[in-house]
Amino acid sequence: MSELVVRGLEKSFDGTQVLRGLDLDVPAGSLAAVLGPSGCGKTTLLRVVAGFEIADAGTVTVGGAVVAARGIHLPPERRRVGVVPQEGALFPHLDVAGNVGFGLPRSAHRAARVGELLELVGLLGYGDRMPYELSGGQQQRVALARALAPDPALVLLDEPFNALDTGLRAAVREDVCSALRTAGATAVLVTHDQEEALSMADLVAVMAAGRIAQAAPPGELYTAPSDLGVATFVGDAVVLDAVATSAGADSPLGKLELYDSGVRGPGRVVVRPEQVVLSNAANGVVGTVTGTVFYGHDAVVRVSVSAPGGHVPVAARCQGLPPGVVIGDTVGLRVVGPVTFFPAA
Amino acid sequence: MAVPRTLVRMPGAAAGGGRRQRPPLVLVVPALVAAGVALLPLAYLVVRSLDGGLGEFVETLWRERTLRLTLRSLGLAVSVTIACLVIGITLAWLTTRAKLPGRAGWAVVVALPLAVPSYVAAYTWLAAFPTIPPFVGSVLVLTLCCYPYVLLPVAAMLLRSDPALEEVARSLGRGRMATFLSVTLRQVRPAAAVGALLVALYVLSDFGAVAILRFDVFTRVIYTSYRSSFDGTAAAALGLVLVAITSAIVWAEGRSRGRASQARIGSGAPRRLRTVALGRSGTAAGLGFAIVVAGLALAFPLGSLTYWLVQGGAAELDLAALGGAAVSTIAVSALGAVLTTVLAIPVGVLAARYRMRHVRAIEQASYAGHALPGIVVALSLVFFGVRYAYPIYQRTPLLVLAYAVLFLPAAVGAVRASVAQSPPMLEEIARSLGRSPGRVLRDVTLPLAGPGVAAGAALVFLTCMKELPATLLLRPTGLETLATELWAETEVAAYAAAAPYATLLVLLAALPTFLLGHRRRSVTLDVHGGGA
Repeated sequence: MSELVVRGLEKSFDGTQVLRGLDLDVPAGSLAAVLGPSGCGKTTLLRVVAGFEIADAGTVTVGGAVVAARGIHLPPERRRVGVVPQEGALFPHLDVAGNVGFGLPRSAHRAARVGELLELVGLLGYGDRMPYELSGGQQQRVALARALAPDPALVLLDEPFNALDTGLRAAVREDVCSALRTAGATAVLVTHDQEEALSMADLVAVMAAGRIAQAAPPGELYTAPSDLGVATFVGDAVVLDAVATSAGADSPLGKLELYDSGVRGPGRVVVRPEQVVLSNAANGVVGTVTGTVFYGHDAVVRVSVSAPGGHVPVAARCQGLPPGVVIGDTVGLRVVGPVTFFPAA
Repeated sequence: MAVPRTLVRMPGAAAGGGRRQRPPLVLVVPALVAAGVALLPLAYLVVRSLDGGLGEFVETLWRERTLRLTLRSLGLAVSVTIACLVIGITLAWLTTRAKLPGRAGWAVVVALPLAVPSYVAAYTWLAAFPTIPPFVGSVLVLTLCCYPYVLLPVAAMLLRSDPALEEVARSLGRGRMATFLSVTLRQVRPAAAVGALLVALYVLSDFGAVAILRFDVFTRVIYTSYRSSFDGTAAAALGLVLVAITSAIVWAEGRSRGRASQARIGSGAPRRLRTVALGRSGTAAGLGFAIVVAGLALAFPLGSLTYWLVQGGAAELDLAALGGAAVSTIAVSALGAVLTTVLAIPVGVLAARYRMRHVRAIEQASYAGHALPGIVVALSLVFFGVRYAYPIYQRTPLLVLAYAVLFLPAAVGAVRASVAQSPPMLEEIARSLGRSPGRVLRDVTLPLAGPGVAAGAALVFLTCMKELPATLLLRPTGLETLATELWAETEVAAYAAAAPYATLLVLLAALPTFLLGHRRRSVTLDVHGGGA
């Protein structure tokens, strides 16, 4: 088990800077998710850490060993960094055992180690199958076993569940998660799926414009985002103009309780839709229903609330079926729990 | 499924600028050796031409003969190219766009003359008409062997092109003929240009047909002047002029090929093209044309071979000599295919995986053989062997080396294409699992590219078997191949004795044409296929 430390990483392609001084710390034995929209440079980060690309500047340290720095570029085969690519990328000319054992030295223990890993990913007995005989989820699990086999210091997973359909994704995700924990591996998962990042990782690093905007445990990231960009990228958000005072924030939704940051003055607050509770109350803050969307496990009601500068749209999340409201109804709104405040720049 | 498409778009594959992975030495060093081998004949030709000093070189070239030869070679190339364009485009249109009875069958038949080596065709015409004028005979034979180089790309283009353009032109008031001239012909122009340049290159490089028909162009004069004098400077200087001309054509071909592929529209399943009814007289004319061309290019040489086989009968059939020639042909060709493929692998893998300037330079160098006529490569290696490598002069290694120079372009193309088919991610994963670049090549890249590389090797093997001029000049003393036996018998007008060798050669040459039949694009790989 070893930690990953990235400092000031820079990388350009054809004059376009993809990584712009990126810093990242992943403690030993933890599973970190690098979360960002497509094209933000996540895959490039992963390829530089794996040694497939040469960094223009910055350092990468794995388990205390410098693998990339000015004038140093350890080739991939000497980094002890395993990679699980998108869609598995199994060697099509080798069977499952051949794939899993690819990174192991030829020895008497090889077959035993392959069996051990296949058991870990729940595919014991599949050793002599060819990759094309496996389902997408099975291929992905073989790819994980292959990466874990040589006991790497670090495992990198590049959007490994992208190609799987929704039903399968959750199951494979859990299997991979538990296999990584059993192996005690330090792992970095690259994904654009916030649900995936929040549900799997110990640490979520939000990436934007070639840097890490914030790295924090999932709960902290959700309740205490470091800036508006992170707040709106991670989870749904209602952003409102507000003025912070010692007693809370004055907003179109009334006085809101704040995570106290000690900052006062004009700015904006981020309210999560599940914090907004609807009622029949005609006094207090009221708004007009503009639409409802039903998702199965919950529903979202869109409400237009009048504010000093005009109307602001607010979303409220309700459990189960949407309450018996129709477009045009007047509803009361109340915010439960503290919200995050960002002072105006 | 095992080779996902999205992986091909990894940034690493398309990377440009910034700092990039350096290609591993385990590939670069052997690739440099291959490039050196490919450039050796050209380099030594320059050295040898300047042997007597620049003055002598200029004096050698500054003769009326050089100008006459140039004009004659270009005249032949231009005549054959124009004839090929007319025949190739007409047949392409007839077999793709016209309601020709038995159109699908004709499409196959009219491409088959590609399988007749030009010197075999020349032999059949000379055997039937011993007094055929050299120029007329050369134009006839080379046109009948080369028009498929125009036909195939143009037919492919006609099948791919969008018929909607023609319909729009008709709807805008252009007549059928005006539409053909202004829209259809314009669409096929890039494809026709590529085909025309291939034809010109083939004609200028061809040795066998013009030598058998005794038409004095560069290749034949280079051969005779080498044979008739001990001083090879004149031959070397003429070779250099010829290479200058062929290089210009290769350069032009590369440029127009780029444009031709840009002009391709759509990649999906071929749309059902509407065919044009020809009317009764039109059908008769179209059928007549196809029958005449196929008759001259295919039925005549095959019939002629059959005639001479029967004529000679058992009396002329020297089974021992035939068997011996077949065995030595197979032996030297197999060695040629092995060496060519071994040299092509590092170059092809580099070209498929690392797009950097010095990698491109290596790849370009390995394509030198494309612009070098067989006779020139042979001549240069003869001089080189006599002076620097006497132990292998007139021994198998030097001959095999000549094959490698000539056919490296085809082999590199095959390796490059088959390596490019598997995603680079697989190699990166192998590296991250602890394999060194050399072992990744052995355990991942080559096993995956294996079938394509083997097909390329097979193509080189068959092409070596047909090769005439290099074999003629460089073969070990006493070794006869099918091509050299055919050459020797034809030289003494022993046409019946030549027939068995010619028949075997046609059968061998037909193999790759059948193998590549459904991959029409690849046929252009076989540029030296006639054995020039």
